[in-house]
Amino acid sequence: MSMLLEVNGVSVTFDGFRAINNLSINFAPTELRAIIGPNGAGKTTFMDIVTGKTKPDEGTVVWGERNISLLGMSESQIAREGIGRKFQKPTVFEAQTVRQNLAMALKTPRGPFSVLMHKKTKANGARIEAVAEQIGLADSLTRSAGELSHGQKQWLEIGMLLAQEPRLMLVDEPAAGMTPEEREKTTDILREAAKTRAVVVVEHDMEFVRRLNCKVTVLHEGSVLAEGSLDHVTSNQTVIDVYLGRSHA
Amino acid sequence: MRKTFLSQNPSVLIFIALLAIFTIAVTLLSEVTGVGLISTSFVKTLGKTLCLSLVAIAMDVVWGYCGILSLGHFAFFGIGGYAIGMWLMYARTEGIVMTSLASQPLPPTPAEISDAIGNQIFGVVGSSEFPLIWAFADNLFVQLLMVVLVPGALALVFGWLAFRSRVTGVYLSILTQAMTLALALYLFQNDSGLRGNNGLSGLQNIPGFEDSSQAKVSIAFFIASAFALGAAYIGFAWIVSGKMGSIVKGIRDNEARVRFLGYHVESYKLFIFTTTAIAAGIAGALYYPQAGIINPGEVAPIASIYLAVWVAIGGRGRLYGAVIGAVFVSLLSSWFTGGGAPNINLGFYTVQWTDWWLVLLGMSFVAVTLYFPKGIGGLFDYLVRKPS
Amino acid sequence: MLRLLSLAVSFWLLLSSIVYAQSLQDILQTHAAEVAKPSRSSVSVVLDDLVASGLPQALPFLEAWRDREIVRRESDGIFFRRLDSSGEVQLQDLDSGDRLAAGTQELQKVRPNGGVRRAIGDALVRFQLSDPDINKRRSAVDSIARSMDASQLGPLQASVAGEADADLKAVKQRLAGMLVATFGETPQDRIEAIKGLSGDLSVDTRAVLNTILAADPAVAKTLPEGANIAKVLTIGEDISVAEAYTRLVAAKLAPARVTKDAIRDALLTHMDGGRVGGVPVAELGTDEMRARAYDQLAQDGTVPVRVSDDAQAKAVAAHKFYLEYTENDAAITDAARLALNGIETSVALSQTVDLGLDALSLASIYFLAAIGLAITFGVMGVINMAHGEFIMMGAYTGYVVQQFVPDYTVSIIVALPLAFAITFAAGVAMERLVIRHLYHRPLETLLATFGISIALQQLAKNIFGTQARPLTSPEWLDGALVFNDVIAISYIRIAIFVLALLFLMVILFVLKRTRLGLEVRAVTQNPGMAASMGINPDRINMMTFGLGSGIAGIAGVAIGLYAKVTSEMGADYIVQSFMTVVVGGVGNVWGTLAGASLIGFLQKGIEWLNPSNTLAAQTYMILFIILFIQFRPKGIVALKGRAAAD
Repeated sequence: MSMLLEVNGVSVTFDGFRAINNLSINFAPTELRAIIGPNGAGKTTFMDIVTGKTKPDEGTVVWGERNISLLGMSESQIAREGIGRKFQKPTVFEAQTVRQNLAMALKTPRGPFSVLMHKKTKANGARIEAVAEQIGLADSLTRSAGELSHGQKQWLEIGMLLAQEPRLMLVDEPAAGMTPEEREKTTDILREAAKTRAVVVVEHDMEFVRRLNCKVTVLHEGSVLAEGSLDHVTSNQTVIDVYLGRSHA
Repeated sequence: MRKTFLSQNPSVLIFIALLAIFTIAVTLLSEVTGVGLISTSFVKTLGKTLCLSLVAIAMDVVWGYCGILSLGHFAFFGIGGYAIGMWLMYARTEGIVMTSLASQPLPPTPAEISDAIGNQIFGVVGSSEFPLIWAFADNLFVQLLMVVLVPGALALVFGWLAFRSRVTGVYLSILTQAMTLALALYLFQNDSGLRGNNGLSGLQNIPGFEDSSQAKVSIAFFIASAFALGAAYIGFAWIVSGKMGSIVKGIRDNEARVRFLGYHVESYKLFIFTTTAIAAGIAGALYYPQAGIINPGEVAPIASIYLAVWVAIGGRGRLYGAVIGAVFVSLLSSWFTGGGAPNINLGFYTVQWTDWWLVLLGMSFVAVTLYFPKGIGGLFDYLVRKPS
Repeated sequence: MLRLLSLAVSFWLLLSSIVYAQSLQDILQTHAAEVAKPSRSSVSVVLDDLVASGLPQALPFLEAWRDREIVRRESDGIFFRRLDSSGEVQLQDLDSGDRLAAGTQELQKVRPNGGVRRAIGDALVRFQLSDPDINKRRSAVDSIARSMDASQLGPLQASVAGEADADLKAVKQRLAGMLVATFGETPQDRIEAIKGLSGDLSVDTRAVLNTILAADPAVAKTLPEGANIAKVLTIGEDISVAEAYTRLVAAKLAPARVTKDAIRDALLTHMDGGRVGGVPVAELGTDEMRARAYDQLAQDGTVPVRVSDDAQAKAVAAHKFYLEYTENDAAITDAARLALNGIETSVALSQTVDLGLDALSLASIYFLAAIGLAITFGVMGVINMAHGEFIMMGAYTGYVVQQFVPDYTVSIIVALPLAFAITFAAGVAMERLVIRHLYHRPLETLLATFGISIALQQLAKNIFGTQARPLTSPEWLDGALVFNDVIAISYIRIAIFVLALLFLMVILFVLKRTRLGLEVRAVTQNPGMAASMGINPDRINMMTFGLGSGIAGIAGVAIGLYAKVTSEMGADYIVQSFMTVVVGGVGNVWGTLAGASLIGFLQKGIEWLNPSNTLAAQTYMILFIILFIQFRPKGIVALKGRAAAD
């Protein structure tokens, strides 16, 4: 089957430090994938490259059926192509209501003039309410996002991703700071979302990854160390070395 | 659409109603109706204050809503003033020159007229040639267009350059300040074609209305300023409410997040920067005919910083806050510096407010920033329960 | 009887002149006839004697003689200087200077003719050039240099050999060289002298050469044979057709052009019942109609015919326009041109060096003004709009210290640390009271510090008034280091440069080699981590801000020495300081250095291109910086990597 996103031989260097080293990784149109790896493995930098925040020194990033190169596109163009991103720290617009947050993310024309002339429609309203339902914030639509709890903010941000209707969701540590119940709900949301699109989750928490029950890619020093089911990669000796300390070094 | 917008923003309706009442009251009490409770010079002060409120609103939109602390919006204000000032000065001088030439035995040729006008206008900088930028000074329509186009184009070019290279925060502030300084320095030059240090003067005499009294002219400008302020208030309130407002405030709070939502942040910033610059230009075009004179000092960076001070004291992120700040600080400032405030005798030292007003303003500004970040407008939050 | 007496007196005088020291009157009486009725041929005897006598009173006499102020008393033939004071004629004794009323005495005026007066002038010069007082000799040389004249050459050359002072001798020789170059007798002499002038960069030498190369515009049908032509002018390139035609008219080679004003005047004089030349006056509002009316008048013969543009062009084309040297000898002008070219090349080279030095000192000033800002901005991310006012506080500290310590050297030595201490304290106070509460709100910091800035500025105005206060530099900083006639740099600028260099080293040392520097760098790079390592970020921020402000205070003293101390001096530097920091790259001392250098050299460079307009230079510089930031938003020395992106 053809791939949604193909990252090939990408490298990037910061002040002599090779954050990403000849990284190649592919994602199918509908799949749930977890990316794990120790600190400094290049997880966040990988997301930066895909979303256009960082330009790689070499390699290609090819997107979709029409094989568009994402390199040279701006962040907003890439986002409009259908790649959504959730940050490590929950970043929602705290001064605005949950509804406004979701409305902003809703898949509508993005130009300033169409936004200026934008009119509220029933369909959009329904879509917002559906997303709010999905993330468990249906009762909080008129609340200010700043008043939400940490977990709710995480959900709101996931909800904003969903409202964007992306084909690829990049989710950075969605479970950080959540209670066990909240984690469970988060898992459900992500697994549901992955039925119709590719969802890539970067996570430290092995328990959470296990619950996602999906293919796992292990990053180390900027390239792929191992790939497969969680049980497969956790039985890999090099992965164990990386995680449990470099006994040889 | 307008209906729902107004019903969702009651503060706009209240503001417009207050503005209308104020305008009518001032007009009725002015010398035009014969009541004369409000002197013509005070009508001018009020009219100018309305223009300052207008530019303060623009500043509030660009800073309070979009998070761009522009230290250049008073420069756009000045450009608007210069654009209309060119026509006012040209047309008035033309009138005077034509009268004096008419008494000569031979009818004057176009070249003679142009020379005579040029001599009158540019004599002070030792020239009689018309610079290229005066090419359309005889055409009111073109100059009115310039009021909008020149600040707009400058903001567009500058904004495009600055935003596309992702200059943000204090860097952007410094860059806008540099732009303002460059403009002021340019205008200070004698060969700028705008009479250098002398600026443009005699702008209170409106060509074609020489026979009307200043009382009538000033009331006309006062009403025009009120209309402009009202229209801009509605316009900007419309822009900053609804989805556009959401995005603009989003850019202020977290630019990167908005970008990853797929919005081209630079276009939005450019839109806000340019429309507010145009509003500032229009405000300037209404202000300077009431002030009578414009010179490069008005454009200097300090003026733009004061503009930010007004908005901060009034309360940013709410349009009426900007109006309150502009009215409060500018009227207070003229009260203190005009000798209206009584001096305080401490026995060993007399505090003269003409000398100490700036110290007071500076310190109270620090206090506002530290202790009342919401400014005077923040007081309304205590009075009115926020509709959620 | 009187005559007898006079004879007796003159005899006695004659006698005394032999026995005792001569008096001026004696010499004059010896040559009484030549003095009273001098002629070009006979006067030299008197003059030689006068110069030889070396009498100090001879000098004022010669001046008075030349200026026709000498009279001879008919009664006894004694010479006096005639003075008119408050309407009364007085006579002044030439030796003693005593005055007496002229009364009704018969006076005979001495009226030397032009030739004689010139001779007297030469003698005067000779007199002064050999005066025992070196200052008089100097002023004589200066006066020759001011208005060079052929007649001065002889006396000057004569005085060179006897000149005791080596410096003055060199000046005299140089001046003599210039005089020979201009007025030498044979072309050979002049060419030699001109060659001797090459390599001398002084303005006078260039003026001399330019005078030799002076050329007048001329016009002729064909280029005259044997004329020393400097340049043949090309119409349309070196000279416009209109200018060329004006020259033709001036040379009476073509009829005068009829100007618009002339047409107007002609029409006015020939107005006839509301019509001129058949055209109604009311229709004369355009140049075409006026021309038509005028042409009609010309046809009637009442006014001269207009010269059409075609005719003008034809007339111009039929003539040669050129510049002709006033000096006829081509060999001399060639030599002068060669010498001048050589000099101009060296001058241009020297000017470049001088400009470089100027730029360097400007860069030092910007560096001093900006480095404190770079520290607070770079380390703490705090933008301090009151930084300029700290500079001002430093300068006023210097001024106040000078009110108490009269010795300028001591006062500067006291002022520098005191300025540091005061602004350090002010900076710490500001950090504790205001900035501490506004971390992570940079725009608010900008505005709050701006509030402090206007308050401080007005406070300074209230205390010190609006007029500029002097901050006088010690005497040893007066004057300039002169390399040649073009390259010179004042000691103050050198001192500022040295101070900037010192600062650079001290700051680098503090940041790289001390515990404080280590902690500062740690806080800059990762405040959270630094705090967890036991570094107190509060203390570091306070110290950093104090340091940055203190440096501004010292910079203020330095800038005050070089510019005026006013309450607004800080505001003059603040935008440039920000530019320096931003252009250089935030958070890096070397970046600030690079920014200051770029801006300093750029500003001087633009000023050099457009020397008459410093305002324009600043305008263009700021525009350049705005564009520069488009291409290097992070400045010249940019931090790279992920840390810099956020």
